[in-house]
Amino acid sequence: MDLVIARPEGLYCPPGDFYIDPWRPVDRAVITHGHGDHSRPGNQHYLCAEPGAGILRSRLGADINLQTLPYGQTLLHHGVTLSFHPAGHVLGSAQVRLEYQGEVWVASGDYKVEPDGTCAPFEPVRCHTFITESTFGLPIYRWQPQQEIFEQINAWWRDNQAKGKASVLFSYAFGKAQRILHGIDASIGPILAHGAVEPLNRVYREAGVYIPETRYAGDIPRNDPLLRQALIIAPPSAGGSSWMRRFGDYSDAFASGWMRLRGTRRRRGVDRGFVLSDHADWPGLLWAIGQTGAERVMVTHGSVQVLVRYLKEQGLDARGFVTEYGEEDDASTSGEAEA
Amino acid sequence: MKAFAELYLRLDATTSSNAKLQALQDYFTQAPAEDAAWAVYFLSGGRPRQLVPTRLLRELAVRLSDLPEWLFEESYQAVGDLAETFSLLLPESEHSSDAGLAYWVEEQLLPLRGLAPNDLAERLPPLWAQLDRNSLLVCMKLITGSFRVGVSKLLVTRALAQLADLDAKQVAQRLVGYTDLRHSPTPEGYLALIAPPSAEEHAQRGGQPYPFFLAHALQQPVEQFDALLGPVGDWQAEWKWDGIRAQLVKRDGQLWIWSRGEELVTERFPELHAIATCLADGTVLDGEIVVWKPDTRTDAIAVQPFALLQQRIGRKTLGKKLLADAPVALLAYDLLEWQGEDWRNRPQYQRRQQLEQVVGNCAASVLQLSPVLTASDWNDLARQRETSRSLGVEGLMLKARESLYGVGRTKDMGVWWKWKIDPFTVDAVLIYAQRGHGRRASLYSDYTFAVWDAPAGSPERSLVPFAKAYSGLSDAEMRSVDALIRKTTIETFGPVRSVTPSMVFELAFEGIALSKRHKSGIAVRFPRMLRWRQDKPVEEADDLATLQGLLS
Ligand SMILES: [Zn+2]
Ligand SMILES: [Zn+2]
Repeated sequence: MDLVIARPEGLYCPPGDFYIDPWRPVDRAVITHGHGDHSRPGNQHYLCAEPGAGILRSRLGADINLQTLPYGQTLLHHGVTLSFHPAGHVLGSAQVRLEYQGEVWVASGDYKVEPDGTCAPFEPVRCHTFITESTFGLPIYRWQPQQEIFEQINAWWRDNQAKGKASVLFSYAFGKAQRILHGIDASIGPILAHGAVEPLNRVYREAGVYIPETRYAGDIPRNDPLLRQALIIAPPSAGGSSWMRRFGDYSDAFASGWMRLRGTRRRRGVDRGFVLSDHADWPGLLWAIGQTGAERVMVTHGSVQVLVRYLKEQGLDARGFVTEYGEEDDASTSGEAEA
Repeated sequence: MKAFAELYLRLDATTSSNAKLQALQDYFTQAPAEDAAWAVYFLSGGRPRQLVPTRLLRELAVRLSDLPEWLFEESYQAVGDLAETFSLLLPESEHSSDAGLAYWVEEQLLPLRGLAPNDLAERLPPLWAQLDRNSLLVCMKLITGSFRVGVSKLLVTRALAQLADLDAKQVAQRLVGYTDLRHSPTPEGYLALIAPPSAEEHAQRGGQPYPFFLAHALQQPVEQFDALLGPVGDWQAEWKWDGIRAQLVKRDGQLWIWSRGEELVTERFPELHAIATCLADGTVLDGEIVVWKPDTRTDAIAVQPFALLQQRIGRKTLGKKLLADAPVALLAYDLLEWQGEDWRNRPQYQRRQQLEQVVGNCAASVLQLSPVLTASDWNDLARQRETSRSLGVEGLMLKARESLYGVGRTKDMGVWWKWKIDPFTVDAVLIYAQRGHGRRASLYSDYTFAVWDAPAGSPERSLVPFAKAYSGLSDAEMRSVDALIRKTTIETFGPVRSVTPSMVFELAFEGIALSKRHKSGIAVRFPRMLRWRQDKPVEEADDLATLQGLLS
């Protein structure tokens, strides 16, 4: 029997009578991670992996009805055994394992296979059916080791400093920003964070993740010489806004997996594009799918058709799942359907 | 190759001229002369023809990347650039060749031309395996003849001039003909570009033209001209001809004709050869080649539409009929060399005076003077400009009387303004969309537009395509149009989608002519999108009658 089906409200588990990452309000919502497209307000009950609680509360409100479960522990609900396993995507991100009458399904949410030190690394979970994302489901997407990207960012920052320019780095505020902060060389200079990034830094620090000292960018007066030494982390939406004017002469950059293509890099109109994603690249997707041992793969948001066709040709029973995920990585940079 | 690939990426990554200039200087400072020679060649537009057929490259790439062909195709659709797709899909190389650009071009790439498919299949994979990903991208661009990067020749000129502490004009002069297919870049050639000036240099020019001085668009309202330009008397006003910009060089008893792309076009215009007999050696004229013959209606000799000239441009052989149908003349408007001396540093009015004498002393009817217009004030001139369309010209040129003859679009030695008449405009409906290339690869950014074939209210009218355009929208607008296209797609054929007509755009174009090749019977020049008329339903778009009305 199908342990997960697509319903207008979201991915639904019939025997357990709950939803995974629903996009419309429901009674029981199991949440894979705190990105806005996967965790939405308005549900009666929330369940998430324990390390994700802080994020969920900070984004959906301290008063949500939230139950948590440590990675690897099980919970029995209407005969369905449920457990969370690290997805390596952002702090608290989890794959959801469901077992019912000998059938095992795993819903991945979003995942990344390279460990990054800011969240528990991805753990493959054996299952019969694997529900995978496919954000970067084309073979053109292959990531360099993150350390190489951090070196590039360090070099760019140093170079700007030498020219007396501020370094404004756009990245998604939750997850990517903290991963960058965790990975770069903080001894280079002062680090400032946009108002959308700073609260999340706090949550990460409280969870025991090393995030170097950051200052709220709004506290620094315009034309303060400190700005010309600083790295400023801001969400993409800050680009082109009047908020940017305070930095005077600056160089800007964008950190995203989409930066892999020259076309999207140039359309962003920034000085530099750093190829850094919190999603699995093409080899990562195939590796993860292989590790589950699943014979059946349900593909959600991203290059659904491509990945389904490819997996079918590899002899798997693959199908697409229509979902409303995929807005988090700033869909406007890709132009491709990501929902 | 690595250094050149890095330069390519730096140039590609920025839109700032200063950053580009810096990148060029960094490269040229460290590059050996033999590599720099080729870099100048590629950066200033030199492009050897495609070395390996695309089909073969695709087959090889599919095999090496170990992907099914459809997946390679999907990837290409997402990337939008074949060379880049190759560089992303071929297995990442463990090696990275330190050999320079010259070695790569001369020893590895150029010898590929004309090889049998089997030989290519054997030679290419080990060749690619020596390159890191960025070098591979550039290498593929060179192999497919699609190397293009956003630097102007002027910028390359400036970089070299600063490097060698030379006048940019001098470098530009030396660069003329550098990208000719017949000549292959050499270290000696590069060193000559940046060598200190010499006396013989001037004498050894042969048929070399001067770099063209280009005009800037003037878009302010005429009321501001007094404040902006000063009195009308400081300016030389002429018609802006709609022809082919050309330089006529007469030296050593010989005549050379160069087009603005610095292409030698002497053979294309045999009727102009008569000018050789009445110009003294050491004379260079700048002007416009136009079709010049009696008008069918008025019988007065006048300039004919560009469409007529265009018929000649594409042809390899010029038949008698074509020469009779579309005879050309040169309308001269500047004198760059006289009695073997470079006149570009003399003021416009002096050059003009001398030009009038030179043309006056030449009896060839195919050499005419582009007339100077006189006006009492700017408004007077504006009134004369209103007659442009009926005269078949694009508007006016304004040249400061005191200005020198600069290089390219420089402004430091005086300015030429083109004061064009407003373009034609129509409201048209988007019916097909195609993915863009390069920067716009993942967006539907190239559109085909249609107008109605009958007026509103006609019982069975349909949309006929008449123009393609791909520019003029902001990135944000383009994204929303792109989203609508995906939503309203009727059919997809390869990179093209047909859509349910729902979007109206105001299109502008410069010229309009009858055409048998187009379904609509009409061809327009330089169509472009002015704005998205979200206020207009498709029923209110223009019809063919509107276009035909513009034909007169
Ligand atoms: Zn996510
Ligand atoms: Zn997602």
